[in-house]
Amino acid sequence: MNDAKFNKFLVFINSLIPLAFLLWDWFFNQLGANPIEFFLRTTGILTLIFIFITLAVTPLRQIFGWNQLIKLRRMLGLYAFFYGVIHLVTYSIFDKSLDVSAIVSDIWQRPFIAVGMTALVLMIPLAVTSTNGMIKRLGGKNWARLHKLIYVIAILGLIHYFWIQKSDYFYPILFAIILAVLLGHRVYKIMEKPKVQRQKA
Amino acid sequence: MSESKKIKSSEITDERTYLNRRNFIRTGVLAGAAVATGVGYRLFNPPPPKEVVTAEIDDVIRSKPTSLKDELTSFEDITNYNNYYEFTTSKTGVASAAENFVTKPWTVSVDGLVNKPKVFGIEELLKIEQEERIYRFRCVEGWSMVIPWVGFPIKKLLDKVEPQGKAKYVAFQTFYDGSNPKGKGVNLPKGDNGMQSSLSAGIEFPYLEGLRLDEALHPLAILATGIYGKLMPNQNGAPIRLVVPWKYGFKSIKSIVRITLTDKQPITTWSRSAPSEYGFYSNVNPKVDHPRWSQATERRIGEFGRRDTLMFNGYGEEVANLYKGMDLSKFY
Repeated sequence: MNDAKFNKFLVFINSLIPLAFLLWDWFFNQLGANPIEFFLRTTGILTLIFIFITLAVTPLRQIFGWNQLIKLRRMLGLYAFFYGVIHLVTYSIFDKSLDVSAIVSDIWQRPFIAVGMTALVLMIPLAVTSTNGMIKRLGGKNWARLHKLIYVIAILGLIHYFWIQKSDYFYPILFAIILAVLLGHRVYKIMEKPKVQRQKA
Repeated sequence: MSESKKIKSSEITDERTYLNRRNFIRTGVLAGAAVATGVGYRLFNPPPPKEVVTAEIDDVIRSKPTSLKDELTSFEDITNYNNYYEFTTSKTGVASAAENFVTKPWTVSVDGLVNKPKVFGIEELLKIEQEERIYRFRCVEGWSMVIPWVGFPIKKLLDKVEPQGKAKYVAFQTFYDGSNPKGKGVNLPKGDNGMQSSLSAGIEFPYLEGLRLDEALHPLAILATGIYGKLMPNQNGAPIRLVVPWKYGFKSIKSIVRITLTDKQPITTWSRSAPSEYGFYSNVNPKVDHPRWSQATERRIGEFGRRDTLMFNGYGEEVANLYKGMDLSKFY
């Protein structure tokens, strides 16, 4: 196994550990009095965390030159999707008993559900086009353009998180700050570029 | 390369040793990372704390077998999953956060528009005939329990202070560090009880609640001193709290230090914090949704699916007449 493969394996295993704990605690009845709520909340937060880790790859490469990280980005993004799907499945089965009309009316009436659902739906094309074959078929430029959707997804995910709180916004605010840094670094890079060109001209 | 710099063949690590060493390091890295992730996860999701069992309450009048066929929620779930924002906003974290809450000595001041205002010691209140009341408890967040409370109708306390004719409402106040209610002889626990700031909780303290006087005098409305025949655990609002079973749980204010009779509708904490989401009445009503979520169904703790929420939490027969002629979507 070369280093790149080992790093992937390392990330693969570590990303599954929260799920392993969730299933372990579920099996041994340690999820507390309201296991569904706990499972929903935890998978939702994990989705956001993986979106953020995925978004951290580019800044970390640019700042520290850790270019190897790019090889892990696809897997991290797919884990975000993976936990997002578990989140949705848990909601659909245990919160709505797979009642399609109840889910539809929920989306229609509850803006926070609509926002979360939109974020997850937007992740589908990104997951589908994550293979090497699809990147080739789309062409690098188009692919990169499409995958800019992750910024929208991250913001929608954060709004979804804010909207379900009753009064304590500590974690949503913490998450917002992290996202602001991650997106802010990109804006900074864009602002920086024209300056360099002007100097050259 | 000069002869002297050449690496002797005997110095070259043979391939097998090299690979073994690398595998060894990798195994270490993998195990270390896995443990770190696991510890991080557990830090945010700790296992439930050990159960603290409180003393038995003497001479509780057991409730007669009622028509309430719902199964009781376990003592463990009742004491490990609830809201008490003075300690933490985590429902599973209240039990450990409230561990050091000192509730002795404790007094409840009953004042305002009454003929005989009085500061009651908790011992005196525990001498009032204690009855068991098995009630459904519906939280505004969409979960519910069935709880065997111990306590007495509020009316029994109000009768002692004799409300005046002008009194139309009853205001309640929760204990909060450094906010001793005004009044003579008030003696409350001092020191660090582990309570957090208003800023951390996102709502203003001390916590305030209120009822219309006729609601407070209703025989179903009680002041509870315990659950399951035992003194009220800290996390559930020791030593005395309100229970109004036909209203959302947040109306059932905990750890009461002051009760004031007034002629004006009192300020209530959640309604002040978000008036468009929580009203003064807050009767359980499946037809009036919270602006951000539905109130039509609820998850009974211990069950997986959701069940329909009942009008007035199933106590409509007893309490609906209190709200005759009122538009309940307006007075939510």
